[in-house]
Amino acid sequence: MKLMWFHLMPYTDLPDDFREKNPSVWVDIHSSLFDPRRAHHMYNDFMDELEFAAECGFDAICVNEHHSNGYGLMPSPNLIASSLARRTTDTALCVLGNSLALYNPPTRVAEEFAMIDVISGGRLIAGFPVGSPMDTCYAYGQNPSMLRERYLEAHDLVVKAWTAPDTFAFNGRYNQQRYVNIWPRPVQRPHPPIWIPGGGSVETWQWCAEMDYVYCYLSYYGYKAGQATMTGFWDEMAKLGKDRNPYRAGFLQFVGVAETRRQAMELYAEPAEYFYGRCLHIDPRFAGPPGYATEETQRRGIKGMVSQAADASRDTARYETKFQTLAREMDAIVDKGYVIIGSPDEVVEQLTEVATNLNVGHLMMLLQFGNMNKELAKYNTRLFAEKVLPRLSHVHSQWEDHWWPQPMQRAERAAPASFQPGTMAAAE
Amino acid sequence: MTKPKTSPKTSPKTSTVEVNGFSSRVWTAGSGPKLGFLAGFGGLPKWVPFLDALAEKRTVVVPSLPGFPGGERGHTVLDSHLDWVLAVREILHKAGLDGADLAGSSVGAALAAEMAAIWPQSVRRLALVAPFGLFDEADPPTDPWAQRPPEVPALFCADPKNWEALKAPPEGHNDPEWPIEQVRASEAAARIFWPLGNTRLEKRLPLIEAPTLLIWGGEDKVMPRSYAERFAQAIKGRSEIRVIAGAGHLAELDKPDETAAAILGWMN
Repeated sequence: MKLMWFHLMPYTDLPDDFREKNPSVWVDIHSSLFDPRRAHHMYNDFMDELEFAAECGFDAICVNEHHSNGYGLMPSPNLIASSLARRTTDTALCVLGNSLALYNPPTRVAEEFAMIDVISGGRLIAGFPVGSPMDTCYAYGQNPSMLRERYLEAHDLVVKAWTAPDTFAFNGRYNQQRYVNIWPRPVQRPHPPIWIPGGGSVETWQWCAEMDYVYCYLSYYGYKAGQATMTGFWDEMAKLGKDRNPYRAGFLQFVGVAETRRQAMELYAEPAEYFYGRCLHIDPRFAGPPGYATEETQRRGIKGMVSQAADASRDTARYETKFQTLAREMDAIVDKGYVIIGSPDEVVEQLTEVATNLNVGHLMMLLQFGNMNKELAKYNTRLFAEKVLPRLSHVHSQWEDHWWPQPMQRAERAAPASFQPGTMAAAE
Repeated sequence: MTKPKTSPKTSPKTSTVEVNGFSSRVWTAGSGPKLGFLAGFGGLPKWVPFLDALAEKRTVVVPSLPGFPGGERGHTVLDSHLDWVLAVREILHKAGLDGADLAGSSVGAALAAEMAAIWPQSVRRLALVAPFGLFDEADPPTDPWAQRPPEVPALFCADPKNWEALKAPPEGHNDPEWPIEQVRASEAAARIFWPLGNTRLEKRLPLIEAPTLLIWGGEDKVMPRSYAERFAQAIKGRSEIRVIAGAGHLAELDKPDETAAAILGWMN
């Protein structure tokens, strides 16, 4: 299986009383909480951590997009990914992703992703989320009633821009462009693998199956809460006649590994409580703009509530409840499976179970979370890479991953000059 | 808190009109010259006492707007403001309201104003209850789509029970489609007014020649009162502002008799 290292880039200095004094970490979080000089160090630490993870041997490093968000400092993950393209060699670059409906024209996404793919020699995984309500409808003002259709149309435009050999006119419902002809074109043919991060909506599952894309469930609530969604996904795949190739799916999981479970509890309690206490303090008024959840999704949510069997994330009314009943203390965080902790043996055992029970071939790990500092993030990453990763990579080895980047051969690829300030000109 | 006004006197006649392949419900009740009414935010999932009060003096005709209760999913094919005004124009025409008096509330009032501006012959006299359509940075309307659900009733009505009574499923009714229809009403409003409520209606107000009554709930928590003056000043025809004490944004739900009396008085 593939083990991928994911960074959210949380702002690490939210005050202790953040929850009490602020309505939301997202959308209207106050600018006075942001210190650009501290953030300078955060960005550089985070990029060091991503590069370190690549060096440690993770299959991919992952970044994503958020707006007006105190736990996600990447309005443009593409900026980070382009830098990572220069400072890593063989690791896949997973941008998960660009919220297509936010870009006008959406060919901007086709261009930037093509740039990353070309700079990296074909290592890009192109993620296309619809985007959260907070990012898309509130921070970016997109109309929730048109968001999904705009997204789907933008997807068609981007894929055509990557693949059509000739300049074409795009006559869409929401986008009209007379001359579409992006330059550069991606290295990967016909285009970089497309992955779709989504919630639990059945329409998204069906679309992924139809398009043969990877479906990623990026929940912060861990494998126990994710089981229902992934079971729903695989049931739908079976219904549609698709095989159970685990590489059709991706799943996000927080992990903290240490020499012993007790030590892991001590080390990771603070950053986990910081994340679940402060970073997920989201005002419910931004959770459910009308039209964001399709009527079919609402219908399933309502029926599910009646039968007490629904996954909470499918339904906007329960979305709110979820925000309010989240575990925020370490015992409950671990107990509910939000964060998997333990010795390397224990983590191997739990993640094997996760990969098997959820039938997931792409496991995206958050090994830095909350206000975890670089030292601890690197410790967690190194220990995982040395003691856990080698014992998991064989899982699902009977399946082939058809959705992984196909880079240029190593020998064909450029070797970026090593970065030693002040020495390059002298060496000429 | 007064007792919620839930028990209607009249059973309206229900018919439908087709526009863009979707049907819109049209309620008709009473007798006398026709008076059209376009519902406000949330639409009309039920007949309300306010319509009874109008029907006492006039033939009240209440067409559903696309996506609002009774309007199916007609909003889903309306992508631009032009699409919306044309659809509403066609609904009114097919409902037999051409040249009639027209009243509207909230989001419906903004569209009633468009009708009077773009097709001046189509509206005789106009009554607008706290219309959407404008946005002033210095005095912005409340964002109706960024609300915690328990706070919604008190946002739209001075007495939250009036909103709750309108939106509660009829007794013994457990159809899952009911709550979906209520979300759809909010979505339809979002489709035309997201994110600020600003449709640049201000540019077209000088085209309105119909005598126009502007009604504002004295306790409107959505649309600032200052907007009444902005409307009154920009509208070309004669206009007057009437404030209904004790009413919220949807004055017709809080004070049905007073709101109906103001409208009926203006139309005579």
